[in-house]
Amino acid sequence: MLADPIGTLARPADSTRVLVPSGVLGLGFDREALARGVALAPDIIAIDGGSTDSGPCYLGTATSKYSQAVVAGEWQELLEARHAAGVPLVIGSAGTCGTDHQVDALLEITRDWAERRGVAVRVATIRTQQDAPTLIAAHRRGAVHPLSTNAGVKAGERDGERDETLADTLAACTHIVALAGAEAFIEALQGDADVVIAGRATDTALIAALPLMRMGLTGPSAGAGTDAGAAAGAAWHAAKIAECGALCSTRPSSGVILVDIDARGFSVQPLARGACCTPFTVSAHMLYENADPHVLVEPGGRLDVSGAHYEALDERSVRVTGSRWRSDPRYTLKLEGARALGHQCSSLVLVREPRYVQRIGEWCALLEARIRTDIERHLDVPADAVTLELRRIGVDAALGALEFETGSPVEVGILLIVTASDADTALDVARLANPSLLHLPLPDDDAMPSFAFPWSPAESVRGVLYGFCLDHVVEVEHPTALLRIAAVTVGSPAGEIA
Amino acid sequence: MRVADLTRRVRAKNAGPFRLTIDCFCATDADWRRLCTALPAYRVAQALAAGPDTVIRYELPSLRVLKFSLPRPGVQGAVGDRDLHGAQWALVIEALALPADA
Repeated sequence: MLADPIGTLARPADSTRVLVPSGVLGLGFDREALARGVALAPDIIAIDGGSTDSGPCYLGTATSKYSQAVVAGEWQELLEARHAAGVPLVIGSAGTCGTDHQVDALLEITRDWAERRGVAVRVATIRTQQDAPTLIAAHRRGAVHPLSTNAGVKAGERDGERDETLADTLAACTHIVALAGAEAFIEALQGDADVVIAGRATDTALIAALPLMRMGLTGPSAGAGTDAGAAAGAAWHAAKIAECGALCSTRPSSGVILVDIDARGFSVQPLARGACCTPFTVSAHMLYENADPHVLVEPGGRLDVSGAHYEALDERSVRVTGSRWRSDPRYTLKLEGARALGHQCSSLVLVREPRYVQRIGEWCALLEARIRTDIERHLDVPADAVTLELRRIGVDAALGALEFETGSPVEVGILLIVTASDADTALDVARLANPSLLHLPLPDDDAMPSFAFPWSPAESVRGVLYGFCLDHVVEVEHPTALLRIAAVTVGSPAGEIA
Repeated sequence: MRVADLTRRVRAKNAGPFRLTIDCFCATDADWRRLCTALPAYRVAQALAAGPDTVIRYELPSLRVLKFSLPRPGVQGAVGDRDLHGAQWALVIEALALPADA
């Protein structure tokens, strides 16, 4: 039997080795590859726990997108891996949205595991949730800045026109989080944490932190008189490449990635069998979910990869040099906020009768007019208090007016979405629409048709609709000014020290 | 000739809740050069009903990628948003007709 060829790559003596199990906790990872990573003596295990990418509901409600059972199972596996490797385990953006509640939830899983295993674990928590009055005060000092003209205070508004100040928007948020930078993780790691659980943080900060700390690249004087821009560039670029796990490789779903970072550059390799990193897969990852392919803005500065050079070390590993970090004169934290925009109900009806399918556009126009007439006749609400959408599944539900193809569907699903200012109105409008969805005839049809409701009740209460409403940064005096870092030892104090 | 004829993949994705980014991957340098010549930013803006000056265009020769970034057509998850992750807009760009001599 041949020796395992994966991970045998020579590693610079002064490098920091970061093991990234997957792009996000809850998504799964290749267990064999994780075990291989632990055996390769990493200096830290780092994983992201969240994103805005699944929509505003999670921040709006302080909930997690992933199954709690899956998250708990994976987190316990990582705690075991950390215990075996004897190095810190770091997570950022706990529970999708990174609110304090989600930090506490992961802390509890950690506590349960430690007590069951009979080991003591020193946990640092980084809480990044913000309260509106503090940010309103910062706004009045001129310390909150919009990031784009696209969002501003109007982002997420139902009509996009409501005249509102930023202070009102901040006050209306159900939850606000700031994205922590690398300095918060460094402070936690300098306190000898075994496990760091952070609220919302940039995906890259949790990976860049330890290499930056070991290279002495923190604090206001970092970089003076040295080639610190290149060294910090290597750390941040490695972090960006590894933050989505194996997405920078030819087998994205395999999860596990290993990066070795030194002052001159970094190397990256996937740890699952059959997965490869190539100069193309690695350099292309800078495009992913990033508006500017050359620049990544982070708290305290920006990564510039326009001079980066990508070299294949073998058929599955890549070395990257030439990236630069440029510090900004002022340190800012990005803010995310979500607020309630209304209440929603939905109904789905399936139209299968061929003559109705053929004339579905005409039928939908009739249906909408009928529902609007009924609202006017029966409900005592202003016309603009209710938004109606009829999406034609099988025709143009995904693209709407931008749909460019026409086909001949066998059936069409009509998805009615009602958004109203209160829950009772939303449900009542959906109920009022029910008979029309079920029976509305075309004008030249002498029989009353019946279409297919897939369930009873036909109406589904979707609850509160949340919207992202902040696209801002807040200027801070020092990197952890708005963050709360604490340490606690969980598990059995009398037990083995982890 | 359509964008799909000069690309091996077009990918659209949110870049945060307020922005959209579209990557057009070409298989050859020749296809990439033809695409760069034939697809100015205003065509992408028109196709997605975006403001003409809101689309930023990047030519990336080493990756054979032509990239466009723009304000998201509607904030992610707001009323009227049909695709939370913004991936289906790639299909609109793939289908864009290019000049016959592209």
